[in-house]
Amino acid sequence: MIHVERRAPLRPPVAAVVRLAGVAAALLLGGLFLAATGHPPVAAYRDMVSGALGSPYAVQQTLVKAVPLALTGLGVALAFHAGLWNIGAEGQLAMGACLSSWAALTLRWPGWALLPLMAGLGLLGGAAWALIPAVPRALFGTNEIITTLLLNYVALLWVDYLVFGPWADPHAFSFPYSRPFPEAARLPLLPGTQVHLGALCVPALALGISVLLRSTRWGYEIRVTGSSPEAARYAGMPVRRTVVGVLVASGAIAGLAGMIEVSGVIGRIQQGISPGYGYAAIIIAWLARLAPWATVAVAVGFAAVLNGEFALQTSGVPAALASILQALILFSVLTSEFFIAHRVVLRRKRREAWVPQEVPAEP
Amino acid sequence: MDVSLEKIRKAFPETVALQEASFAARTGEVHALLGENGAGKTTLMNVLAGLYRPDAGTIWVGGRRREWRSPADAIAAGIGMVHQHFKLVPSLRVSENLLLGTRGAWAGRREVARLRALAREAGLRVDLDAPVWQLSMGERQKVELLRLLWRDARVLILDEPTSVLTPQEGEALLGTLRALARAGRTVIVISHKLDEVLRYADRVTVMRSGRAVATLAAGEATARDLASLMVGHVPPPAVRPGAAPGPEVLVVDRLSVPGDRRALAVRDVSLTVRAGEIVGLAGVAGNGQRELAEAVAGLRPIVAGRLRIGGRSLEGASVRDRLASGLAFIPEDRQRVGLVGDLTAAENLILKRYHRPPICRRGLLDPRAIRAHAEEALRRFGVTVPPRAPVRTLSGGTLQRLLVARELGENPRVIVALSPTRGLDVRATALVHHALQEAARSGVAVLVISEDLDELLALADRLAVMHEGRISAVLARSQFDRSRIGYLMAGGAA
Repeated sequence: MIHVERRAPLRPPVAAVVRLAGVAAALLLGGLFLAATGHPPVAAYRDMVSGALGSPYAVQQTLVKAVPLALTGLGVALAFHAGLWNIGAEGQLAMGACLSSWAALTLRWPGWALLPLMAGLGLLGGAAWALIPAVPRALFGTNEIITTLLLNYVALLWVDYLVFGPWADPHAFSFPYSRPFPEAARLPLLPGTQVHLGALCVPALALGISVLLRSTRWGYEIRVTGSSPEAARYAGMPVRRTVVGVLVASGAIAGLAGMIEVSGVIGRIQQGISPGYGYAAIIIAWLARLAPWATVAVAVGFAAVLNGEFALQTSGVPAALASILQALILFSVLTSEFFIAHRVVLRRKRREAWVPQEVPAEP
Repeated sequence: MDVSLEKIRKAFPETVALQEASFAARTGEVHALLGENGAGKTTLMNVLAGLYRPDAGTIWVGGRRREWRSPADAIAAGIGMVHQHFKLVPSLRVSENLLLGTRGAWAGRREVARLRALAREAGLRVDLDAPVWQLSMGERQKVELLRLLWRDARVLILDEPTSVLTPQEGEALLGTLRALARAGRTVIVISHKLDEVLRYADRVTVMRSGRAVATLAAGEATARDLASLMVGHVPPPAVRPGAAPGPEVLVVDRLSVPGDRRALAVRDVSLTVRAGEIVGLAGVAGNGQRELAEAVAGLRPIVAGRLRIGGRSLEGASVRDRLASGLAFIPEDRQRVGLVGDLTAAENLILKRYHRPPICRRGLLDPRAIRAHAEEALRRFGVTVPPRAPVRTLSGGTLQRLLVARELGENPRVIVALSPTRGLDVRATALVHHALQEAARSGVAVLVISEDLDELLALADRLAVMHEGRISAVLARSQFDRSRIGYLMAGGAA
């Protein structure tokens, strides 16, 4: 008989070995796929690693890629701490990008004035988009998973309308993007690097959120509300205000990610500014167990996989196969996390304790 | 069906819960399993019901050696258990809960009719169409027992079944259990109530620190024997508070409060509690006591009437206003409402004061102030807890003492305590009672709402009885009379 049991936490070195074994298994399986389709696996993996981390340039590109993943991940994790499922980071990112693009495309301001305004508008766009589901959630308990998710489609269609219609680049032969931003609306690079200034927001926000949760009154309210809304009400906490505040803050962070993406990387607003950062953010936040610094680390790892996949495509491997590899790696990480927390027992005689799931107390 | 457990051993990461515990129950008997919390009674029965796998030892059922792979095996073998924390799905109807997990069954008209007949036959009156979240604890207990009968369990295990029932309901339940035993089932009742065990059990097994220390025929044992076997020493009787009551502090005046289901759960209730006095509120579960307490605490709206604490009107006031005027509230559900499971003891102790100096200054929490507050509160009330562990890992008794320490640590003027010792062992109950009595002695107005009449008779200076949302009588200590109170609780006129 097979049993799955929770186990006592593994020592960190053992856990690291399990994680490495998981990745190795994924690479092995992926290698079979590659070989079967006529792509030499070793060369493909070399391309992947060098594409993600093989040179200072590649490392910097991976860091740039990690910025929107880390920011949206931090935003989503913050909402989770309050027990709220913000599935809408994708749309909040798009609305942040939209609003800041308006400033970039219409105002003829110098950079020192324009960029802070754009950042502010990015925050505002994401916050406003999150406010729409936050208010019914706080007042009537409307399920925020559904409302935040559905608003993503509205936001993405809104971007489409803008880039096909009023903001379409007249010289782009109806390709779905706006005119390029003026230089003043582009985030400068950190001196001596290929990494834009927006990357600094990541450690700043990770620090800010960990301090917020651990050492502030609002953070305490967030943790109590997330762990037990009944207890929060019983303690006289402003539960509704916390719910609205956290969702709005979560959206604002995603909106900032949108501003950084259009201003720091793309240089215009276009269809598909995000290849699903807001959804990847959910996976990243949970893999990091919602811890801010771990979220940043996981986001960098995730970005490395994405860039490796991209490098693989440029060396002739079909995009679909590259996506399979990415899925295998992600799956192996999740599997090793499962085996770090659980164990499988196959013995039939003299069994170990079968620990039942914890049953929550009745109200 | 005879069952026996032989030399069962069971260790958890932190503790050894059972050390070679042996136990046997015969067909047709009510067998009580007596012991303090942490003695291993529930763990032992969880082993029998297939919820825990023993590290060593043997399970015998009906003369055959058995090994459970899951609770489903034990259920299939005719062993059913009602847990202390009920395992019902709150959002489903009673009938759906009863049919849940039985093969291919859904709440069709035929099944519901059969359920109704079964409920009537067993004397378990409960609304089969109501969603479980609307039921009181006492009603949920009935649903759990009904579920065992529905599955035709031959061995019925009940964990502290009367702790949520009124004396009458308890007597009725124990009578039902006795009848079920006489009809050929095996009934095992986990309990720590000595008198109940002596009156209803055929035999008693006493457990202490993971071992079964003795099995006696109930007819040959005395309460004193059992108590000393159970705790190693005879617990002192609860002391009566002796202070002269002061001015009225908590004034409830013609209060009406909506329920979850019915239009009004509390109708036109008036009640006062004076400084230094303990008022008990007795009643069968589901007669509005919980709603009254929640309305006082600000967790439920007040539709009519007045509420004053120390002369201050609080009908429309926020929870925090109530806290500021000196109200402490010990809710029924300590694990989900009273305490926050994911936080540490120190973090839980600041739940009512996290927003004020010295804990919080300019929006920042001061870790040293939090630690100092925790140390002081824990020392003052003599509670020891692991400092870093989330409180959900603590035992029920420790949780409740932590909760009481926090509420009394706020130096309140009024304490409203809802079932404050539900599910606690003798020692933890005594400590909670002692804390409430000490609070009354120091001039706090204490309102204890409980379904355990013995608790109220021991603690209260005055006793109010609630029935169908109204207070039917308020009795002074000299008028305390078990049978009269029981009559009032059952709806008799004053």
